[in-house]
Formats: sequence, structure tokens, C-alpha cells
Amino acid sequence: MSLAADLRSFVINNFLLGREEALNDDDSFLEQGIIDSTGILELVAHLEETYGIEITESELVPDNLDSINRIVAYLDRKLGHGDGTTVAAANAVCPA
Amino acid sequence: MCGISGIVKLHGGSPDPQTLRDMIGTLAHRGPDGSGVYCRGPVGLAHARLSIIDLEGGRQPMSTADRKLWISFNGEIFNYIELRQELIQKGHTFTTRSDTEVILHLYQEEGEECVQRLNGQWAFAIWDVDQQKLFVSRDRLGVRPVFYTQTSDSFLFASEIKALFAHPEVERALDLKGLDQIFTFWFTLAPRTVFKGVCQLPPAHSLVLQNGQIRVRRYWNLEYDPIEPPFAASEKKLSEDLLNLLLDATRIRLRSDVPVGAYLSGGLDSTVITALAHMLVGSRLRTFSVSFEDREFDEGVYQREASSFLNTQHSDVSCSYRDIAEIFPEVIRHTEQPILRTAPAPFFLLSKLVRENGFKVVLTGEGADEMFGGYDIFKEAKIRQFWGRNTASRWRPLLLKRLYPYMDGIQKQSHAYLKSFFHVSEQDLASPFFSHLPRWELTAKLKMLLSRATRAELRERDALHELENELPASYQSLGAFSRAEYLEAMYLLPGYILSSQGDRMAMANSVEGRYPFLDFRVVEFAAKLPPSMKMKVLDQKHLLKQAASGMIPSSILRRHKQPYRAPDGKSFFHSPNAYVDDLLSPDRIRVDGIFDAAAVNALVAKFKSGRTTSAKDNMALVGVLSTQLLIEQFVDYQSKGSSQCHLPQICAASS
Repeated sequence: MSLAADLRSFVINNFLLGREEALNDDDSFLEQGIIDSTGILELVAHLEETYGIEITESELVPDNLDSINRIVAYLDRKLGHGDGTTVAAANAVCPA
Repeated sequence: MCGISGIVKLHGGSPDPQTLRDMIGTLAHRGPDGSGVYCRGPVGLAHARLSIIDLEGGRQPMSTADRKLWISFNGEIFNYIELRQELIQKGHTFTTRSDTEVILHLYQEEGEECVQRLNGQWAFAIWDVDQQKLFVSRDRLGVRPVFYTQTSDSFLFASEIKALFAHPEVERALDLKGLDQIFTFWFTLAPRTVFKGVCQLPPAHSLVLQNGQIRVRRYWNLEYDPIEPPFAASEKKLSEDLLNLLLDATRIRLRSDVPVGAYLSGGLDSTVITALAHMLVGSRLRTFSVSFEDREFDEGVYQREASSFLNTQHSDVSCSYRDIAEIFPEVIRHTEQPILRTAPAPFFLLSKLVRENGFKVVLTGEGADEMFGGYDIFKEAKIRQFWGRNTASRWRPLLLKRLYPYMDGIQKQSHAYLKSFFHVSEQDLASPFFSHLPRWELTAKLKMLLSRATRAELRERDALHELENELPASYQSLGAFSRAEYLEAMYLLPGYILSSQGDRMAMANSVEGRYPFLDFRVVEFAAKLPPSMKMKVLDQKHLLKQAASGMIPSSILRRHKQPYRAPDGKSFFHSPNAYVDDLLSPDRIRVDGIFDAAAVNALVAKFKSGRTTSAKDNMALVGVLSTQLLIEQFVDYQSKGSSQCHLPQICAASS
């Protein structure tokens, strides 16, 4: 599963309760009211567990996390990849 | 405390006494001590009685000696002794010692304006034989409920909606607009309810039905001073005045021919009321509380401390996750509207405890948070406003983290996210609902669970706009603090706190709550106070604390306010519950049609997986389940019958 697809699936299942039509990859989670204060923590936990990263407090900003595309770009930078589409969810590559 | 109902035929004929008996029969929990029906000409009045004052003489419906005025009354008029004395001096003769008869004579003397003289909590209907007029009134703050509807040939009213549904011609259908308001504010905007065609008489309103015309009129409003007034009185003088008022409000609320107990939550408000009652009664008071198995919600330590300090004889009922799930269907049968938190459920257990101990009247501390600046939402708005004046400030938002020490979702947020969640943009600051925007916008997100068809029907609705349209012109001139207070006192208080959590949960077990903080003299005093007397910097209920100093344990006076909360969504998945599985199943959701089956399924899966759930998820789960229960118990009952019902003990009594 591609990174964007994995993220879409997580956001749709967790925050939109399966409503796929309600999310474009550029939609702002805040402006669309997709994620509330607990939701951010769920998202961070998901990213840390799935991609084996640690998100610092200074990185916990909407610039990094407020849409599917922003998260893809952020993870690219964080994981040192140039092209977001090549990054896959760790659990997709190595199923537990 | 009682249940009332009635029928007025609009085009000739007389009401069927059996229908009246069926209607009042659904309200037996409100009045288990007796019932009565009066039927004559176009009118029928019915009454279910909980005897509290004048146990022998207070039977209803009651009439004046000349049988020209008839009344069915639910509530208490606490100043009835003084009013009775005054009426006797004017030549009135009384045949009972009841407050009911005082209303009749006062109406005789002053007509519809008589309600201005009443200090109490009431919903009553008077039939004026000479004028062929029905006069219905509800108390100022909305402690007691009254609903009404119309059929092809009759006007019907009752204390609870279930009594209206006992009339064969009343349609049982959800009002989606009412549902939309619940899923925004937690309450409907009166007169709307969540049932089509069923209205509630708003607090502080009277209704007159005469010559087939209905006239509804407001007789009282809470007037806040628009800005911080130049207050001449010192803080010391104000706190003395407040204490004297509260003492008198409590004194007249101890008037009863049966013993009066008190709720003791462990917080400031109920402890103050218990302390005042303790001073007035002289003998040992009986107090009651609910404690929680889950320590996150429990206040038992403070309850025991208050009880010990005031030397009360205390009883406690423990509430577990399982209890909440088990009693929830019964709770919704009484709230008669969807709720988004399970918080009313422990109140149901509490009133049951009171009743089991032989008490039917309790004093409670409700109203202090609304009137004296106690809610966190007031503090939150003040901090947000402070931050909004300098949105770049790094430390101002830290005050929000201090406000919610128990909320992980707030503690771990960055500056940028806090700013977004707490709405501190220029546009937000200019909103008439600035204080309530975070809460209402979060709640409105629950509508994503509605089905495509429901959403299509509600496409044009804007609940915030509907509320804005009904606010009085004076609201615009209020300061931010008073606006927030107004919204809480005029809307959430009657629409949720006093109804779903108050009257309904107490009356479910035939218990009457009495609220000294909601004495209209106390409320009017509070509304004239400068906001700084209510919240001094960030000290909530500042003046009340000054007034209570020395009367209650200092640990309770100084403790950080803990909002009353109960376990929410988790309760329903802690152990298996057949009704939960049934009502939330995709098939059932599809048949009932209000919600989206896939979305509800995903929500249920999230709870069952044990993953973290947000405040929104919890409100959504409780909101969907309570709506489904409402459909099951009220809308579907007739068509489906009890054979398909998974709530046998509840269905048997629901109609």
C-alpha cells in the first residue's frame, strides 16, 4: 500500500468512519473539522508506530500534519526520501 | 411533585375520560400516591400525585369552592404561606393547607399575572369555567416541564411526552430539525422538541387557549447588566447579601410535610446548600451521593469529608460501567430526547437510592455554576479572549492546559493546534457565540454519522443561525462573559441540565429536587453582579466562595473544580449488551434510517477494538445509541409491538 493510500485509509476509518467521499488529499484536517484534539494524538501514535519515527513537539504543527499530502511530504523529509510515492507503510512491507 | 395532563376539545364534544386516564397512567412514576381526573364540558384535567404538602387535603384536580376554576399542578410554590396569609387578609377562604389552593386564589385575584408573585418550580394548567379559557404556566428557569400538541379536534398537554403519545391520534415521529439542534447544542430550541408536532412550553412562559386560539407569552426574563457596572457595594457586603438570600432560598425550600434530604456531590455547590440546610434544620440531615467505580470520575473522598464536617447521615450508591449500560434504556425512556453523554444515568441511580431510603424530596446544588461563574466554559472563554488579543503569545495558551489537567488531548497539543481547536481568530472573537464555538462545532461534527437521506433533509438547516434569530436584542449589548452565562442559563440549563439530568432522572424514581440557587431572587441578584465577582481573574465562583467561607471544609472550598462526568462510550462495550448490538447493528440502523450504517459500524468497531477514542467519538456513540433507543421505545413501539423488543422490562411500561 502506498504511503498516501495508507494514510487515507487510516484517516477515513478513524476519523471519517468510512466516508471516503469526504476526503481529498489536499483537504485541511482542521478546516474540514476532520480531526479534533484527541484525533491529533491518534494520528501521531499511528505515524510513530507505523513508520517507526518519533515526532518531536516542534514538528507537531499543521504545516506537517494537516492533510494527506502534507503528511506525505513531512514523512518524506523525515525518512530521507526524495519521492513520497516510494515510501510504504512499514506494516505493509513487513506484516506483523 | 406530580404529573399533569389534559385535553381541551376544540370543536365541541367532551374528552374521553379513559383517554385521560391512559395519559396520566403513563406518568405514574411522577405521582405514585394517587391520581384524579376532572372531565366537564370541553375540558379534561388529570393529575398523578406525589404527596409532599398537605398530604390529606392536597388532592387534584382541585377547584375553588364555587367550582369556577380548576387546576392540575406539578411543582411547589415555596412562598405559599406568605401568599396565603395575604389572600386571607383580602377575604379569601381556604379549605386546605396546600400550595395548590393558593395558586387558584391568586389567579382569582390577579389573573394571568399571578405567576409574577410565585416563588417556586411549577407547571400547571388552570381551567377557567366562566371564560372557557385554559391557562398553562411554567416556572421561570424551567425546573418543571410541560409539553403540548394538537390533534384534529383537541389540544393536549402533559408533563412528559409519553402521556401525549398515549392519545391514539398523536403521531409518533422524530423531528429531524430537533435532532439537528441536539447534535449541535445538546438541547432543542424550545418550543421545538425531537418529536414532530410536539412542543414544549419554554421556561418563563404562559400559554392561553381560548376560542380555539393559542397565545404563548413570556412573563419574565433574566436581565444581565450589559457591561461591568460601577458597583458601589463592597465584596464583603455582597457576599453577606448573597449568604442571606441563599439562606432564605433554602429555608423556604425546606417547607414540606415529609422529610427533606440533600444530594452531596463533594463539590462546592451541594456542600453549601447542605451546610445551609444543616444550619436551618437543627437535626441531623440525610445526604446522598453517587460514587464511581472508576477513580477517574469518583469524588467519594470529598463527599465523605463534607458529610463528616456537616455531621450528616450519608448514603452512597456506587456506579459501574455495567450499571450505566444496564439502566441506559430506562434513562432514555425518561429523558425523551437523545443525549450525548451518559451523565444522567448516575443521577437515575442516585434518585433510586433516595427513594429506597424513604425520602421523596432532596435539595440540590444545581444552578450555581450557571449563575455564579462556575463552568469551565466561562474560564475557557476568558482565556481564549485573553489569548486572542495577542495570538502570537507562547505562554497565554498554556493557561488552557492548566484549565484541563485531566484531558490528555489538550495537554499534549502544540501551540498551533491549540490555536485552531480553541478558535481564537479575529472572526471567532467577533462571533456572538464566541464562548461556545469550540463545544458546538465539535458537537456538530457528529452529524457526519447521519444517513445520506437525513443529511439531505437537513441540508438547508443552520442551527447556529436559528439560535441567533431568537436571541433578544439586549444580548448584543452584553459583554462576552455575560453572553456565555446567558447561553448556559437560558438554554443548556432548562434544555439539558434541569430536564435530562434533573427533573427526569429524579422523577423517574418519584423524587422531587429543589434548587435554592435557582430561587429567582438569587438568580436576579447574580445577574446584576459584575462578572469580576463571579470570576475574579480566573477564580471561579469567587463571591460564592467568599460567602461560604467557614461554613464548609476548606479543602472543598479550595479544590480545583472537577466537572461532573461519567464514563461514556466505554460503558457499552465493557460487557456484552444484547440491546446495544441490536440497536447499532447495520440492519437496524438501515431500517431506522436516521444514521449511516457503515459509519456507525466503523464507530462501533473503533470502540470494540479498544483503540483510543476521542470526546467526539464518545458523544457520537452515546448520541446514536440514545436516538436508536428513542426510536425503539417511542416511535416504533406501536408498529412493532413488544415481541421484537429487546428491552422487555422497559417496553412493558413505555406506553
